[in-house]
Amino acid sequence: MAGATNVPPKRLSDRDLITPEGVNLGVRLADVSARFGALVIDLLVMVVILIVATIIIGTGGGSVGGEVTFIIWILMFFILRNFYFMLFEMGPRAATPGKRMMKIRVASRSGARLSTSSIFARNAMREIELFLPVLILLSGGTLTGQTEAVDGWMWLAATIWFLIFAFFPLFNKDRLRVGDLIGGTWVVRAPKPELLPDLSANADARSGQYAFTPQQLAAYGIAELHVLEDVLRVRDPQVMRDVAERIAEKIGWTVTQGQTSEGFLKAYYAGLRGRLEAGLLMGRRRADKHDLENAG
Amino acid sequence: MSSERLDTIGLKSARFREERLKSWQALERLLARTEGGRTGRLSDEDLLELPRLYRAALSSLSVARATSLDQGVVRYLESLCERAYYTLYGARAPLWKRFVGYLLHGWPSAVRAIWPELLVALGITMLAALIGVGFVVSDPEWFYAFVDAGLAGERNPAASRETLESVIYTSDADKEEGGFGAFAAYLFSHNSRVAILAFALGFAFGIPTMFLLIQNGLMLGAFIGLHMNKQLGFEIGGWLSVHGTTEIGAIILAGAGGLHIGRKVAFPGRQTRLASAAASGDIGARVLGGVVIMLFVAGLLEAYPRQLVDSDLIRYAIGWGLFVLWCAYFFIPRRMNQSEVA
Repeated sequence: MAGATNVPPKRLSDRDLITPEGVNLGVRLADVSARFGALVIDLLVMVVILIVATIIIGTGGGSVGGEVTFIIWILMFFILRNFYFMLFEMGPRAATPGKRMMKIRVASRSGARLSTSSIFARNAMREIELFLPVLILLSGGTLTGQTEAVDGWMWLAATIWFLIFAFFPLFNKDRLRVGDLIGGTWVVRAPKPELLPDLSANADARSGQYAFTPQQLAAYGIAELHVLEDVLRVRDPQVMRDVAERIAEKIGWTVTQGQTSEGFLKAYYAGLRGRLEAGLLMGRRRADKHDLENAG
Repeated sequence: MSSERLDTIGLKSARFREERLKSWQALERLLARTEGGRTGRLSDEDLLELPRLYRAALSSLSVARATSLDQGVVRYLESLCERAYYTLYGARAPLWKRFVGYLLHGWPSAVRAIWPELLVALGITMLAALIGVGFVVSDPEWFYAFVDAGLAGERNPAASRETLESVIYTSDADKEEGGFGAFAAYLFSHNSRVAILAFALGFAFGIPTMFLLIQNGLMLGAFIGLHMNKQLGFEIGGWLSVHGTTEIGAIILAGAGGLHIGRKVAFPGRQTRLASAAASGDIGARVLGGVVIMLFVAGLLEAYPRQLVDSDLIRYAIGWGLFVLWCAYFFIPRRMNQSEVA
């Protein structure tokens, strides 16, 4: 008997997360593209905050004097640059606004709690991964305030430096950036739980007109059932028609008056699922249509 | 009722879902409230309910995986349980409690843990400072090699004794004018960036961190040498001591944190390189967090006592008194309560 539980086959980005209760929840690593998107959003948010705050401080500053204005501005810039990511990731969602939008979050690689020091470490590394090389690139090769020589070599070095760090996540299997490496963290997908409707429930009203024989329901296995579920959730008319035709042909079903592709598919889905689930209870797990051993 | 109809209505997995749905949704609502960041607002019943609902959902997941072929349910339960897992097992003491625990134990214990690197960072800085002094005393022109012209301002080998003295002791007119707060804010943010850089660069096996410490030490030495040439050695010592013991101490700590990471990445010992890097990052980050606090203190010292106190002896007393306090804080052992570690 293959595999006792209904766990989909492992993908390249799947990692184990075994709870103390002994259940493997399985986490999925975030795509590099999602992380890049989150970073871009966060940087935009930071720029917008900076601009808005500068305008507010600039206009309101006249009343409190230049020194206070300057102090507020410089501290705000400092906090934004060094603590924007930290403060958000320390929150209960462990995600910045950008990460939240991309439905990803930071988690500890060991599955333990995400400690403050981990978040601190992973974000302190941003200074050399992102801010410093980018600032050097933008300033055309001068280290801020250190030398006035605009040096081509410096620029080249900064570019290489930046590229090494930027592409770091692409060259390790857990997609860690250097900050993740030092912080003991990784970034995983955190989709909002959304319970989709049970497709078998809608089928019962019309099931009277779709009466399948056990032989007809024995044509497929679990893999095909899941494909059928996806087809029914997407509800593309053309795809549903094609799939309905394929199934009808395979099981020798003749479409009669008043039967739609969707109605037929839903009824067949419910019937097939009922049969396969009954098999599960008897310890027969029919992986796909070729798995005749467990066809029951 | 036809037999086919019974089949579909009676799908056991659909009934299972119907029956458990309420408890899953209750968990979802509780999680949404917790993640809203106001755990304090959960009632006692809710707090007791959370782990119960979580275990119920976890058991539902196991049942669903074994008996249900509805992918919708399995995926939903997986993401629901994962979220609940992070909330429950990631739960931490409130921020202020963690902060107190950090100040009492987390920070000093991290500093003690990296004592070998601390000695190395201290040694590098002292040696570089001595070299800086030696070179500048023997030939003042070396000053320009060690110190960035923009940073030094009017203080260079060409400056007169009076010019140098005027920087060490703030004139009464300047004291009236103030503006020290802005100066402090600037110094704090600049020094913090240097410290974070010293820490982060440690990743490259600590080598860039060493360069940064050497550069810092040379600059310090060059300044002292410059003033010694004009017989202002004792005076500059006082001027530097006020904030220097805290500020340079903080930079050395940050550098030591960086060196620690570099060492653990280069020589992981029995651990895997990844585990070693993560463990060193934990200690390094705890050191660095406190460094930012120290630099904040240093910024204030630099702006106020240094500019307002003119007596050399009081300056020395402030600076080295603080030095003793910092050392006592870090190195005097104390009883450790495991639950208080941040």
